[in-house]
Amino acid sequence: MNPLPAAVLALFLVFFVLPALWLLLAATKTDHQLVHSNPLSFGSWQALRANWNALTAYQDDAVFLWLRNSALYSFLALVITLCVAIPAGYGLAMTEFKGRHTLLIATLVVMLMPNATLVVPLFLEVNAVHLIGSMWSIILPYAFYPFGVYLTYIYFSTALPKELLDAARLDGCSEFGVFRRVALPLAAPVVALVAFFSFVANWTNYFLPYVMLPESRQFPVQVGLGTLLNDVPQFNPTVGSLAVQRPELALATLLSITPVLIIFLFSQRFLVAGMLAGATKS
Amino acid sequence: MSVPSTGAGRVRALPARSVLRRLRPGHGFVAAYVVLLIAFGVVPTCYAVYFAFTGAGGAFVGLSNFAAAASDFRYVSAVGHVALYLVLWLLMLVVFVVGLSLLLHRLAAQGMSRLLRFLYYVPGALAGAASVMVWLFLLDPAVSPVGFLLRGLGFQTFSQVIAPSHLPVLFTLIAFWTGAGGWIVVMYGALNNISPDVLEAARIDGAGPWQTARRIQIPLLRKWIVYMVILAFAGGTQLFVEPQLLSQASVGVAGRDYSLNQLSYDFAFQNNDINTAAAISVELLVVGLTVAGVFVARSGFFDAD
Repeated sequence: MNPLPAAVLALFLVFFVLPALWLLLAATKTDHQLVHSNPLSFGSWQALRANWNALTAYQDDAVFLWLRNSALYSFLALVITLCVAIPAGYGLAMTEFKGRHTLLIATLVVMLMPNATLVVPLFLEVNAVHLIGSMWSIILPYAFYPFGVYLTYIYFSTALPKELLDAARLDGCSEFGVFRRVALPLAAPVVALVAFFSFVANWTNYFLPYVMLPESRQFPVQVGLGTLLNDVPQFNPTVGSLAVQRPELALATLLSITPVLIIFLFSQRFLVAGMLAGATKS
Repeated sequence: MSVPSTGAGRVRALPARSVLRRLRPGHGFVAAYVVLLIAFGVVPTCYAVYFAFTGAGGAFVGLSNFAAAASDFRYVSAVGHVALYLVLWLLMLVVFVVGLSLLLHRLAAQGMSRLLRFLYYVPGALAGAASVMVWLFLLDPAVSPVGFLLRGLGFQTFSQVIAPSHLPVLFTLIAFWTGAGGWIVVMYGALNNISPDVLEAARIDGAGPWQTARRIQIPLLRKWIVYMVILAFAGGTQLFVEPQLLSQASVGVAGRDYSLNQLSYDFAFQNNDINTAAAISVELLVVGLTVAGVFVARSGFFDAD
């Protein structure tokens, strides 16, 4: 490898990793150490445990409850997204039907619309059917994931040869059978990709749950982080006895991102699997 | 549209009933998606348009909500802020995501390439509130791991670092930090779908890495690049969480009306004026669609069939 590309890759490595590394170390420090010791030094296990104890004591285990909520909402939405988006992307890419082009354009249009544009109207819609405060008020909007449909559409239309489907049809497969026996087994990379992006999007969404779920016990961890931030004196000088120290906030931030990191580790091998390399050329 | 395009259609002569039967499976595959699309895409969009063109009582008021938004003293500066941010953000995204993906794809050591992709992605897990919190710390010279860099640039305090003129660059950095890794994963996957035979042929024809990238890989990535730009543009116009939290944590140094979405928000929740808020949302929508339309037309996006 030439030195220049290597240097570029290394430079970006520092850019991407340094802040995360700092966050990891910040959780092991006292607030005093955070300001006065080397930013990239390890604090102490005692400080980490003290931060952990203080954080978990915050509002009676609220942090664990928020994490559980996030997991529940993200997972349910992910399951619905996969059941809906994979067949839809396949249908758009590999079958012909009346309205297909319109649906494709509608998908693109909705996908392009800023989410925040729809938050207030979604609130009014959900309010009209009395679902404010129900977890379905965020799970169902999460499950509507045009990005996933489009990724699937692109994947099938570029990577799955139609001849393969025709061969299965000639062998007597029904349309659903073709999807289940031919397309789905080849779809592992795009299923992993859609699942992954959907889960991350659901897990990290802040605004929709903030509007839809007024009750603190229902918060996902992202909204919970906002609550914690409000109780950090350096950011909000009016905080009284509830004060949260900055390292505790760093620890909470770490906890909030751990599930996404773990999932990425497991799905990474699917993400880049060029399963069809060579299979399309006859 | 209703003509079967598959080989099977050519093998068998299809009677009319059979054509009808062929129409159904496609509908079946997309049915559930269409239900969600209507419930959480079409209906709320119609709500937004409805509110944008009506008054508080529900009567049609033409463009007066749009006029009210445009004449607000914060409007023009918010448009400028978002536009500048978008230019910086899209340039940085396209150049570095494509460049880094190509470099990673050329990396002979597969393990190293995978490790780097994972590490570049790590900040993606901090999207949303988490990333803003990290950057609140990073931009404070008192606790920042790059405090020496900030002081070297002449900044001694948090409020100097987040001076209003710096914000487009800072928001670009935050957005790139959290967003680039995910796109690199996608681009890398797309690069992997390019047949090794094609690259091998180019190498035999004497193409170097630069020519291979420019003449083969980047053209084949075009669809994904266009897609990335469209999504990043749409996301960029939404700029909200970063300036909002920065404003909250800096006691107002960064304005609470920095971006269009913040302005829309103030109209909705401070002034209780949903209609003007909806007008701004509809404007963002129209701008996004126009730009997307140009990209779609120029890139041959729908030629995939």
